[in-house]
This record gives sequence, C-alpha cells and structure tokens, in this order.
Amino acid sequence: MTMIGWLQIILFCAIIVALTKPLGWYMTRVFNGERTFLSPVLRPIEVGIYWISGVDEKREQHWLTYTVAMLLFHVGGFLIIYGVMRLQAMLPFNPADQSAVAPDLSFNTAISFITNTNWQNYGGESTLSYLVQMLGLTHQNFLSAATGIALAVALIRGFSRASVRTVGNFWVDVTRTTLYVLLPICVVYCLFLVWQGMPQTLGDYVEATTLEGAKQTIAVGPVASQVAIKMLGTNGGGFFNANAAHPFENPTALSNFVQMLSIFLIGAAMTNVFGRMVGNQRQGWAILAVMGVLFVAGVAVTYWAEANGTSTMHALGLAGGNMEGKEMRFGIVASSLFAVITTAASCGAVNAMHDSFTALGGMIPLINMQLGEIIIGGVGAGLYGMLLFVILAIFVAGLMVGRTPEYVGKKIEAREVKMAMLAILVLPLMYLGWTAVGVVYPAAVASMANAGPHGFTEVLYAFTSATGNNGSAFAGLTGNTLFYNLTLASAMFVGRFFMIVPAMAIAGSLAGKKSVPPSAGTFPTTGGLFVGLVVGVILIIGGLTFFPALALGPIVEHLAMNAGQVF
Amino acid sequence: MFREIRPAIVLLLALTAITGLAYPLAMTAIAGTLFPVQAQGSLIERDGKVVGSALIGQEFKEDKYFHGRPSATVAPDPNDSTKTVSAPYNAANSGGSNLGPTSKALADRLKEDVDKLREENPSAPVPVDLVTTSASGLDPDISPEAAQFQVPRVAKARHMSEDQLKQLVVANTQGRLLGLLGEPRVNVLALNLALDRAAAK
Repeated sequence: MTMIGWLQIILFCAIIVALTKPLGWYMTRVFNGERTFLSPVLRPIEVGIYWISGVDEKREQHWLTYTVAMLLFHVGGFLIIYGVMRLQAMLPFNPADQSAVAPDLSFNTAISFITNTNWQNYGGESTLSYLVQMLGLTHQNFLSAATGIALAVALIRGFSRASVRTVGNFWVDVTRTTLYVLLPICVVYCLFLVWQGMPQTLGDYVEATTLEGAKQTIAVGPVASQVAIKMLGTNGGGFFNANAAHPFENPTALSNFVQMLSIFLIGAAMTNVFGRMVGNQRQGWAILAVMGVLFVAGVAVTYWAEANGTSTMHALGLAGGNMEGKEMRFGIVASSLFAVITTAASCGAVNAMHDSFTALGGMIPLINMQLGEIIIGGVGAGLYGMLLFVILAIFVAGLMVGRTPEYVGKKIEAREVKMAMLAILVLPLMYLGWTAVGVVYPAAVASMANAGPHGFTEVLYAFTSATGNNGSAFAGLTGNTLFYNLTLASAMFVGRFFMIVPAMAIAGSLAGKKSVPPSAGTFPTTGGLFVGLVVGVILIIGGLTFFPALALGPIVEHLAMNAGQVF
Repeated sequence: MFREIRPAIVLLLALTAITGLAYPLAMTAIAGTLFPVQAQGSLIERDGKVVGSALIGQEFKEDKYFHGRPSATVAPDPNDSTKTVSAPYNAANSGGSNLGPTSKALADRLKEDVDKLREENPSAPVPVDLVTTSASGLDPDISPEAAQFQVPRVAKARHMSEDQLKQLVVANTQGRLLGLLGEPRVNVLALNLALDRAAAK
C-alpha cells in the first residue's frame, strides 16, 4: 500500500460526498415534478410521451397499481431484448455478421438486463450486433436504472407522506428520471469518454497488420454511449467481454476514475433525496455515513490483500502485488478500489478479473454483494435495500427499550418488519440454495475453472452476484450453459422482484399511516449511535447468514495459500 | 389495472426509441465530428496502412521489439468450434486467465516465465507485470521497469547502445495524471514504433 494509493481513495470519497448534496437537490426537484433548468428543452418531449401513451401525470397510483405498472413495463422490456437477440442476424447494424443468439442465452441476458444485473454470459464483441448493444442493452440500461430510482422514490414517499393511499405515478417517475436525470448526464459523459479514447462508431471491426506482420482484428462499435449509462445506472454489462478492463471500455486512468465516481454518484445522491423528502437532510447523511463506514473498511482489506500479492509470487521473488488479471494503467490501487465500488453498488462492471484476486481481496466483493448491495447500492435499489435494514435496526432498538419503534415520524409495526425480513431472507435462500445445487450437480461442476476451494467460490460468487443483481463474476466459471443460464436467471428474477414487492408493500403501508411528531422517547436517527446500530445489525444479520459459506471458500483458500498449497 | 397496459406498450416504445436509437445514433454523429480519431478507435497508420490502435496491445515475439505482458485471450479452434485455442492479443475476444491465487496452473506458468526471463537478464529483478496476464488480454502498457528490463535483449538484437534505448524508454514513459491518478507506464506499441524510427536513422 502506498501514500499515493490512499490519496486516490480519499480523493474519490471526497468528490462523492461533495456531489451528493447538489445532485440530491436537483433530483428532488425532478421527482417532485418541479421545473428545472432543462425543462424548456425536455418538457415538450415529456408531455408528448404522456400524450401518446395516455398517461395522466396528475393521477397517482396505489402501491399495488404502481408495482403492477412496473412489472408490465418489464415484461415489455424483456420481450424487446429477447426479440432483438434472437433476430439479430436479420436486423441492421450487424457488420460482424453475428448469428442469432441461442434461446437460453437470450433468455438469461434479457432477464439479466431487465433486473439491472447485466450478468455477462454473452461475450459482447464475439456475440452481439451493434443493434442489440443499442436497442437491446443500452435502452434497458436506462430503463432498469430509472425503474430502480422510481421505486426508491415511491418508498421515500411512503415515509414522507401521511394518511394517503397513493405513492406516486410509476410512468411519470420513470419518464422524468430518464429524461431529466439519466439522459442529460449521459450525453456529456459519453462525449467525455470518447475524448478519453473510447470508440463510438457504427463501422466495421478494424483489420490491422501488426509491426511483426500478423493480422489483428480490432473490435469497435458504439461503445461510449453504452458505457456512460452502464456506469451511471449501476448496470455494469460490458460492451466487450473484458468489460471495463478492455482498453476501449476504459482507456485511461482518468476515464477509470470518472467511471468509479459515476457508479456511486446517483446512489449517494439518493440518500440526500431521502433526507430532503422526509424534511431533514441529516437523516440522509446518517444513512450515507452507515454506507461510508462499511465501504472504507472493505477498501482497506482488498487494497491490503492485493498489494500483498500471493505466496506463489513471493516464493518467486516477484514484488509489486498481485498483478495477475489487472491492467497496468490502473495498477493495484485503482483495481482494488474499483472492485469494492462495483460490488458495494450493484454495478458489476469490472476493470480487473476478480477471479484472479487473492482469496481475501476477492472475499470483500463477495461480502458486499451478500450484504444486499446496500453500501450505496444500485441506483434506487441500494436505498430501498438500506431502508429495509434501517427498519430492522429501528425494530431492534425498539425491542431494547420496549416501545413501538418510529422512523422519520412513522411507526414501524409488525407488517413493515415482516416485509423487511421477507425481502432480506429471500436473498440468501437463492444464493446459498443454488450454490448447494451447483457444487453437486455434475453438469454444473464441469463449469468450474479453478480446482479446490476457489472453484467453490466461483459458484458462490456467481449466484450471489445474480441474486444481488450485481453482474460481476469470477469469470473463469463457464456460465453459458443450459444449467447456469436458467438457474442464474431465476436467481436474478427472484433477487430483484421479491425484494421490490415487499419494499413497495412497506411503501403503501407507511403512506397510509399518520405522522407522529418526535417526542422525548423517540430514538434519534441522525447521530453516531444510530449509525453504529445499523452497521451492527447489517453485519450481524449478514454474518450469520453467509459466514459458513465464506469459511468453505475464500477463508479456507487463504489458509491453504499461506500453507503453500496449490490445487 | 387495465389502463396501465397502454402505457406499458406505448411509453416503453417511446422511451426505447429515445434511449436505444436516438441517443446512441446522435452520440455517434456528434462524437464522430468532435473527436474523429478516438471515435474510430485511435488507429495508428504507418505508410498508409493500419498497424494497430494506440490503445490496444499487440503481440510482440521477436527479440528486436519490446514485448508486452502475457495475454490469455483465446480464439475458436479452427478444427473444433466447441473448443478454443490460445490466441494472444485477440482484439475480437478480450478476456483474462481467471486463474486464482492457489491455482497450480498459474504457479507453474509463473515459474516457467520467471525462469526464462532470469536467463535473459540476470542483472535485474523480474517485474511482476511481465509475467502476469492482464485482465483484458489487450493491455497496451508495461511498467517502466519492465521496459528497462528488456533493454539488453533489444540492444543486442538491434546492435544499438543500451543508453540510447534507455533514453527511448524514458521518453515514452507516461507518468501519473496530475501526479496522482493511475500508474507510470510505457505504451509498448508506441515505444516500438519509436524504436523502428530511431533504428532507421
């Protein structure tokens, strides 16, 4: 670990904190339907969209209607992706003559993109046409991100409103988020990325003759427009197989730094939106503090482990850390930081191969996802995930003092706690259950690339990533098989929607409640005690759930490595 | 609930058209005008022929060139399409080795490569980046130490002085951005192009 490395980490955190408030202010205006500086340009488009689709923007929806609208929207999104993938050979913008994508892979990819997971069983440049990248993937990168944000806003309205039946209008929330938040940032961001060296072209793959006279086919494409939203919307599905490690998908140290910032940008700002909408920004800062504590701890462990290298490298006298599967322009620190960011948020883009990380360095990304990706988390999804844990923490605090718990003026009662537990428990059910199947079912066992405990970790990581809607991988695992295409799709589906529906039920139930003014007995939720309590609840619930599985994978591998064992 | 069906179709199609077609196509047009070189892939031409991209590594095996990092990229086996064969720096199928810290295959490969490099240049410690595969398999860069490590071999093959090559490496070394971001590195293709130019003089 070096001083310059830590300075990069500190600079990253400082910029995120600095951007949280202004973006939170802007986004709150967007969600409240107020005018913004972009309204003169975008308002006519917005009104036009409502007009042709028959949406009355003044009419709000019950939580159940809101949820059904969201689900219908995803059915359509699924059909579009599945359709263009199956038909890509007949459609335009296919200079590399990619043939139709297999049904199981198309199914997996379509589920993957509507759930904001963006798991890559496809190998971008070797499987997909430009049309699929744009119309299939880029569009759902926007819409699944906008959906996550809309749902979080609906849950926040549950807290901020009192004695009402509605939580907002899904169509309006999705449209405004897409038009006023995601698109404008992406336009500027995309041009920045091209300036840094990212291709943005519809032309053919380039044929080059190398200095030694060999042929090299260089895949290009409309990369920057997709990468901008891939990072901003915490999607993470790569244009290329190697994702953000590919020099075209992350050309420079600066593009890497900005990509890391853009993963956290909206998720961090959502905490401020929460604070503003419930009437006290300190409530938002307290949640950001919980996330910050867990984040910095994770970065420290991974950075330390990767800078340390492996015992095989030590034995050969190789210094400079574990560079296997890492790019020179990022080095140890930016690769470690990126890995923790991408899994703390539900992004899943990678700028280094997590499969080649040291045992402990790779365990932190795994833990981040197993905690439910609530450390900033997916855009929107991270906030509603974190609020579920806050509800539990408040409930625990209420038990300790023997009075009905309250949070930002709402009584937390049996229904909310039950729903929160349902959402939190469904995740380990998926990733532990499927991992158990994956390590005994013969067709699945053949997919492991590494032997020994590392192979087990590959399987655990895959199902954790899918359930958490992350999308990063221990990529040695051969995922493009019938077994993994179907089981991972089921994990992604359950992980996304079985979390959303309980969260929306909580939103509806809270919106209907009266607001209770704080009294002397109210547990303050803006101070250090609250932050400590939430961190504790997250670690205890998380630790009890997945520690045994970690002991079988990365922990035993670390011990084996120190004993000089290879598999 | 039935009145949600129309927006589920029409609003979805409208937003899909905006984000999936209008946005990427407009960006392609704008980026192509503002940054034509980068938008096409930062291609490098020599004598009117494309020799590669400034951002994409390529394979160097000959002694007279500086070598890049090992690459784990593969290509479909021409004899059996269900299998793959090693194809270093395949820029149409990026990827890493994905070998873990306790992998025997990785340990063996590292040992073999380290032994080979020690034989080539016993005077300096083997730089770790010269024996580890990159994440993309297309890493265009090596560390300045890895470039200096190869100077004796290249000097011998080219009959050039080591001092001249060392200076060439220094001239082609990129530092950290603002002294902070990224790692010091040398672009192998740029270095080798400069080397060819220097040798021609």
